Amino acid sequence: MILPALPILIPLLTIILLLFSFQRREWQPWIGLTGALLQLALALFLAIQVKTQGILVLHTGNWEAPFGITLVVDAFSSIMLVLAGIIAVSVSIYSMDAIDRQRQSFFFYPMVQGLLMGVNGAFVTGDIFNLYVWFEVMLTASFVLITLGGEKKQLNGAIKYVSINLVSSLFFLAGIGLLYGKTGTLNMADLALKLSLADNNVLMNTSAVLFFVAFSIKAAVFPFFFWLPASYHTPPVAITALFAGLLTKVGIYSMIRFYTLFFVQDKLFWHPLFLWIGGFTMVIGVLTAASQYDIRKILSFHIISQIGYIIMGLGIFTVAGIAGAIFFMAHNIIAKTNTFLVAGLINRITGSYDLKKIGGLYKIRPWLSILFIIPAFGLAGIPPLSGFFGKLILISAGFDAGEYVISFIALAVGLFTLFSMVKIWNEAFWKPRPEGLSPFEGENEKLPVSMVIPVVFLGLITLTMGFAVKPILEIAMNAAGQLLDPKIYIQAVLGL
Amino acid sequence: MEILLAIVIGLLYAAGVYLLLRRSIVKLILGIMFFSHATNLLIFVSGGLHKGQPQFANDGINAVSSNPTDPLPQALILTAIVIGFGITAFFLALMYRFYQVTGTEDLDDLKEGENK
Repeated sequence: MILPALPILIPLLTIILLLFSFQRREWQPWIGLTGALLQLALALFLAIQVKTQGILVLHTGNWEAPFGITLVVDAFSSIMLVLAGIIAVSVSIYSMDAIDRQRQSFFFYPMVQGLLMGVNGAFVTGDIFNLYVWFEVMLTASFVLITLGGEKKQLNGAIKYVSINLVSSLFFLAGIGLLYGKTGTLNMADLALKLSLADNNVLMNTSAVLFFVAFSIKAAVFPFFFWLPASYHTPPVAITALFAGLLTKVGIYSMIRFYTLFFVQDKLFWHPLFLWIGGFTMVIGVLTAASQYDIRKILSFHIISQIGYIIMGLGIFTVAGIAGAIFFMAHNIIAKTNTFLVAGLINRITGSYDLKKIGGLYKIRPWLSILFIIPAFGLAGIPPLSGFFGKLILISAGFDAGEYVISFIALAVGLFTLFSMVKIWNEAFWKPRPEGLSPFEGENEKLPVSMVIPVVFLGLITLTMGFAVKPILEIAMNAAGQLLDPKIYIQAVLGL
Repeated sequence: MEILLAIVIGLLYAAGVYLLLRRSIVKLILGIMFFSHATNLLIFVSGGLHKGQPQFANDGINAVSSNPTDPLPQALILTAIVIGFGITAFFLALMYRFYQVTGTEDLDDLKEGENK
């Protein structure tokens, strides 16, 4: 069955088409958008297939697992693929007008598709070395995207971004080498089987820690988060939105995959560690955000804080906890990307991201404030938006598991998140325009429709997730159940 | 042989970390290169090193007694080297461009540009 390979093949074919039509700049956005739409349709189809038929497995080149590279789509992967598809479509539409022509004609669209290929590949692969390769595909594309245009501050952020990510890839590679030396396999299912049978599993922690450091850097988890706010605000906002939605989440995805599938033996060491790290990540992210005045920087620090909640779900390690983490991740990918896209709209009108230089937007663009409120208050966790339920599930799972400290921290961080979102709201929309400021450069211009559509689209998804919690939570519960029972995965891949 | 390589790997990591902590971007890139070579050697050792054991033996006797080095890590290293090569090339180009735009290659000067 070729289905699990298609999430990789569609972006690849799109890249080839884009490169052949390189000289026709006006075709590029449409080809990119078609590729993204196909990916979303495919991801939805895969999700239905996984629900009806169970885990989909492809042994590439007919090399049976554990010898060949296996591609696996289980419930968790299919959820992530759908989310990646949604972000791909939104950013493809948004960038039609948000990205200037010069960037568009210098391989912007092929690189976006390359990034999506890496992300999708990381979601479907069932082989740890192959995962490393997909990480590199994704990173290389993101390196080009973050430097595209070559402005001074972009290069500035890019140096930090590139160097820290290379170091983390090398940690990952070293972890793979040591793990292979110990177990003699790279296949995730086979690893899970071998590690569950081995008796001295504490030794595996040497590899597990290397993976933890690698994924923590990619996911911007405390204490490895510093590179993210230093680089994410530098490229054009459409690129930041794409990164904010997908890149850190791939790190988190891999972490959840590794620490539910095969590094599960030493629970006493890992789960308290996850809770501690999750707590620190939440608190530090949200506190540093409070002192910022650049919208993109506030939002960048919030990415970190929200990652903490997902780690917390992993640390609780019950079905409800993991389901909460998945639900929260889904909510966060949508809402976080959306806030960045709205920040782009604000910039389009006012020409600035600095909260001190903008104000009174509610008066001139009332509907824009509604578009901002949905994702922003969603992130803060105001009912009935999706973030409220994400936090509710996680915190109630925390109380059920007896993890009171982290649950209270999560509640408190929710308040501070609200503070930051209200700060953007107050400064950008509510307060009167700063004295002596000339009219904004884009004040009388109409916003391009292509930049508004994705914001509305993502806002509707946030609303839907809030109003249809039960079916979505059931999907997440199903995925969490699969994750916490590695036998299902092992059986699907190895056929044992 | 493994012990010798272990020492070499350790030295390479040490040199890599030292260079990573320097302020110059050129040295930072060199540090990352040392790091990646150390990692490649680490994978190489993880397959086990056995001298004079043929990978393929078709006379029947050798095939039984032979305890060859695992060839898969070498394939992995090959992939890692190629990826590392490409990324290093990109990083060098990035550094050159950075030098052209800012006229410096000192990492401490990065801070000033952060908020502009």
